[in-house]
Amino acid sequence: MDEFDRLEQVGEVEWLLPQHGRMHVPGRIYADRSTLEQLRREGGEESAWSALRQVKHVASMPGIVSAAIALPDVHPGYGFPIGGVGAFDLADGVAVVGGVGFDINCGVRLLRTPFERARIVREIERVGEDLYQTVPAGLGSSGSLRLSMAEIDRVLEEGAAYVVRRGFGTDADLAYTEEGGRMAGADPAVVSALAKQREFKQVGTLGSGNHYLEVQWVERVIEAEAAAAYGLSEGQVVVAIHTGSRALGHQIGQDSLKELGAASARYGIDLPDQEMVCAPVSSPEGQRYLAAVAAGANCAFANRQVIAHLVRASLERSLGLPADKVETVYDIGHNNAKVETHVVDGVSRRLLVHRKGATRAFGPGREEVPETYRSVGHPILVGGTMGTASYVMRGTARGMERAFGSGIHGAGRALSRKKAAKKYWGADVIAALRRDGIRVWAHDARGAAEEAPGAYKDVDQVVEAAVASGLTRAVARLRPLVVIKG
Amino acid sequence: MTGADAGFVYVDHPADLAVRAWGRTTGEAFAEAARGLFAAMIDVERVAPAEAMRVRLSADSVELLLVDWLAALVAEKDLSGRVFSQFSVDVRLHVHGAELTASAWGESLDRVRHAPRLEVKGITRLGLSVREEEGRWVARYVADV
Repeated sequence: MDEFDRLEQVGEVEWLLPQHGRMHVPGRIYADRSTLEQLRREGGEESAWSALRQVKHVASMPGIVSAAIALPDVHPGYGFPIGGVGAFDLADGVAVVGGVGFDINCGVRLLRTPFERARIVREIERVGEDLYQTVPAGLGSSGSLRLSMAEIDRVLEEGAAYVVRRGFGTDADLAYTEEGGRMAGADPAVVSALAKQREFKQVGTLGSGNHYLEVQWVERVIEAEAAAAYGLSEGQVVVAIHTGSRALGHQIGQDSLKELGAASARYGIDLPDQEMVCAPVSSPEGQRYLAAVAAGANCAFANRQVIAHLVRASLERSLGLPADKVETVYDIGHNNAKVETHVVDGVSRRLLVHRKGATRAFGPGREEVPETYRSVGHPILVGGTMGTASYVMRGTARGMERAFGSGIHGAGRALSRKKAAKKYWGADVIAALRRDGIRVWAHDARGAAEEAPGAYKDVDQVVEAAVASGLTRAVARLRPLVVIKG
Repeated sequence: MTGADAGFVYVDHPADLAVRAWGRTTGEAFAEAARGLFAAMIDVERVAPAEAMRVRLSADSVELLLVDWLAALVAEKDLSGRVFSQFSVDVRLHVHGAELTASAWGESLDRVRHAPRLEVKGITRLGLSVREEEGRWVARYVADV
């Protein structure tokens, strides 16, 4: 029986994949009909990539708690689906490499400025050109910060806190970064020399693919109270940085895939698929993996911190905007595994929560949320596509109950890179965006075609489903003015 | 599959880079798999085979050997700043796994001439396979980009 035929609709955008076969818990999928239809088209029984089958795999892993969850931007990944969340018991559960992926703690930082859109529209060329020249991007780019091996260990252990001490930013940046920009439990000793050597030149670089740097403006405030708490108002210029842990995180992922592949066999874990290699959370291998993930996460925090610093210097040059007027709204990752406290069936439990292409979305009252945001919950930063929109959202009590406090991270692709490159021509995409008042600087024109707005699902529709799910609420809609692509 | 003795194609994947590579031998399929990897990152036609890198690897299975081989090339791009366009691979299969000796020819990455494109983050185990099909060796893998 096709997995799609088993789905039962239990809410406006909520579907249940009943527990069957090797599943320990049901699958809980939040998606609108068009997303489900797309998943069915690209992931039928014959396909090698089915997001729904991946939900089933997650639900089949030892020690999973409540349900394997997929959020409204769900699409096929490797291991977990993108938009996938899985929480595991610390005693009986497992840590899964495919629940984090290669780009550990890839995420978004949002900076706010005191400028209005009208103040900068005539200076867009200068702003974009300076950012393009200042922030290294694209394959083979290297950053201006060169670290010794000892310094790389400090980055791995202390994350953004270390680079702030080196002069790249302020303590306020750390206060508004998830985990204070420093994930506890990171151990540089478990990170391979190869990973560290690869990192040498990459701190403060954007990368390529769907990573970007955008100057945006707040087109619409949807929830006034939360927007006010986040210091956002209509017309305001903001800057979004989307990047991850660069080669170091990628190598940690690659090394871990191998190490946990061996561990899965050693512990006799019956894997639903070879993508799902894992180790018991409580085992030495599991603990070693989590220490490596924390180190990779710190590298991503440090990377976005250095880029934020470069952005400030650039805006000071191009707009005369003082660096201290460009403040961090929030910095949040969307590929991670963290030990968190959640209430399950009325009982408070410590769980290992994997979020793959999903952000943390802690609602009002949680102590992890910065004090000034605590009454509304922390911001969730939802990346859009270069021609459409991004969103700021926030978590809810229902999201805490039903999805371990998790939210969507982006629109999700509608077309493969291959199909997008066939359908669009990079220069045409850039010219069309220019007519809409969006200026694009791309290191790779073909890359621009693959990232064309039409290659992604409609972000408004995905956000609508995320709101309809009750897990999260929309706070503000942001539109791009300047796009820098790797 | 096309009629060529050896080659690679990109297979439609919703988000990542899926490659199917084939050759008359396992080694030839591995060489084409590597070419498919670099063709996604740069214009391989413009990479001169100026310097050689030698690689020796062993793994518990031929599939895991393919992952290790491609991951070693991805890492080398950052370590030495070199990219590669030509590959010669000898794969030996045995009861408890497989091993390879290989050469990769290339040169230092030139960010203008080589027209850099996608960055490969890692080689996954999704849809991973190496097997003989209709008299040819076919390698399939998905890279996270």
